[in-house]
Amino acid sequence: MMARGGAMRRGRPMALWLSAGFAALLIWSWQGTGVDLSSLFGGEGLRQIATYVAKLFPPDVSTVTLRDAGAGAVETFAISLIGSLLSVCLAVPLSLLATRTLLYRGILYEGRRLGPAPRVARISLYALGKALLNLLRTIPEIVWALVFVFVVGLGPFPGVLALGFHTGGVLGKLFAEVWEDVDPAPLEARQATGASRFRILVYGVLPQALPQFVSYALYRWEVNIRAAAVLGFVGAGGLGQRIHVAISLFHEHQLMTLLLAIYLIVTLVDALSAHLRARLL
Amino acid sequence: MARASTAAPSGRSPASAHKSAFPRIFTAVFAVSVALSLRAAQVDPRLLVERAALANVAKFVRDMFPPQLSREFLGLMLRPTLETVQVSVMGTAIAILIGVPLALTATSSLTWRGVLHERTSRVGRWALGFVPYILSRAMLSVFRSIPEFVWAFMFVRAVGLGPFPGVLAIGVAYGGMLGKVYSEILDGVNPQPLETLQAAGASRLGVVVYGLVPQALPNVIAYTLYRWECAIRASAILGFVGAGGLGQQLELSMRMFQFDEVLTLLAILFALVATIDFISGRIRAWIA
Repeated sequence: MMARGGAMRRGRPMALWLSAGFAALLIWSWQGTGVDLSSLFGGEGLRQIATYVAKLFPPDVSTVTLRDAGAGAVETFAISLIGSLLSVCLAVPLSLLATRTLLYRGILYEGRRLGPAPRVARISLYALGKALLNLLRTIPEIVWALVFVFVVGLGPFPGVLALGFHTGGVLGKLFAEVWEDVDPAPLEARQATGASRFRILVYGVLPQALPQFVSYALYRWEVNIRAAAVLGFVGAGGLGQRIHVAISLFHEHQLMTLLLAIYLIVTLVDALSAHLRARLL
Repeated sequence: MARASTAAPSGRSPASAHKSAFPRIFTAVFAVSVALSLRAAQVDPRLLVERAALANVAKFVRDMFPPQLSREFLGLMLRPTLETVQVSVMGTAIAILIGVPLALTATSSLTWRGVLHERTSRVGRWALGFVPYILSRAMLSVFRSIPEFVWAFMFVRAVGLGPFPGVLAIGVAYGGMLGKVYSEILDGVNPQPLETLQAAGASRLGVVVYGLVPQALPNVIAYTLYRWECAIRASAILGFVGAGGLGQQLELSMRMFQFDEVLTLLAILFALVATIDFISGRIRAWIA
């Protein structure tokens, strides 16, 4: 992947090599997964799916099921909202640790250089912050959910913690990138007037970073509402728990009602998030 | 969030009077929904510091070390690891197969609005353009709103255990996302070259192939690669519902309280995701 310089000149062979590589990857995966496209789009597979879909109709609209689906939807919404808030609360401090330009280099440290000992301390702090964020992010929500079910018991609360921890890692990384990428011109202007580090941070860096933080947080909320809807599969409350039961016990009509509930709540959050993004930014 | 809204420039003209109320209303609604959600989600931080909980955490961490690195275990994990990659690749391929046609019909500039349809009658625009447009938008919206995890569980019920339901789940859920974003990319292209081609007498196909595709392709490829990165993460957990790959092993080891195996599996997952992120990131940088 010769990203530099020669991209234009060597563009064509590069594109060919990449295409060949992907073609090989695709054939290997095709073999490995045993996907039979002809059976899928014309025979057995499609028939099996059609039979299953037919069984889903009509949705169960009895009062009991509707009330259950409603409760599940509310719980799922609550898990996604609080989980996302928790993730922001974790991401902001951790992202400060994982940002070089806030800890030991760049414009904040041009005037007042750090001694060797504090510098080493801060570099290790940075490494620690990065490592923590990687750890939080690598473990998928559903695994965090299993861990927290194990720690605090069944219910929506472990779902909140799971979303908070995983998304905290994701947002922390994104926030750190935002901190590092702020436009340096306003910071230089403030530094030239002799402003303290703290003031440069609050009046120079923060106003630039905040809108992007809000935007990323809203985007992750959209991801989290979907995640919140499945964490119940491992006992972490919400619609997922009810869907797990409905599928396992072959209650297809109830399943259809729950799927509609997921669709509505996800669409609602997507619309809300889009509206807020347009309004706030 | 409230800060960002107050920071926005608020005009003083009477027309924007309702706008200035927005931050206050927003803050109030936000505070109430957070308070209600805290109740609904049964948030209770005390549970985290209970003695039993702390003991569980300690046991969990203690049991993770040393990680399970016996040759036998690692050998057994090779197949699921490769399967996770294969499911992500095949799933993304199916997602492209689903996403591209639906994206084309879900693009307003291709079906009923704009330069390509200036010579089409009003009825023709409705029947051949607007109706398929709405239908494919609805399908894309359903496909991407149901999480891939739920799709996987349903496909396991419909076609049985193994990697195949995982491929289908990623294909359908990501097909919905790809289709939506593809159509946004297509709708966002600069109409100027299309109009020039149209004026030069190019056929509709000609306009699409020579005007639309070259403009849209880099973004389409970049977004597809990004989705492939997401697909590897998804494919690694779909095994929780019986759709093969690392997830199945992960679930098994967690249920059996074999946390040393869990640690190894998470390390494998990390390496896998990091590798694919790196490759995909380099290709995306090269395209851009």
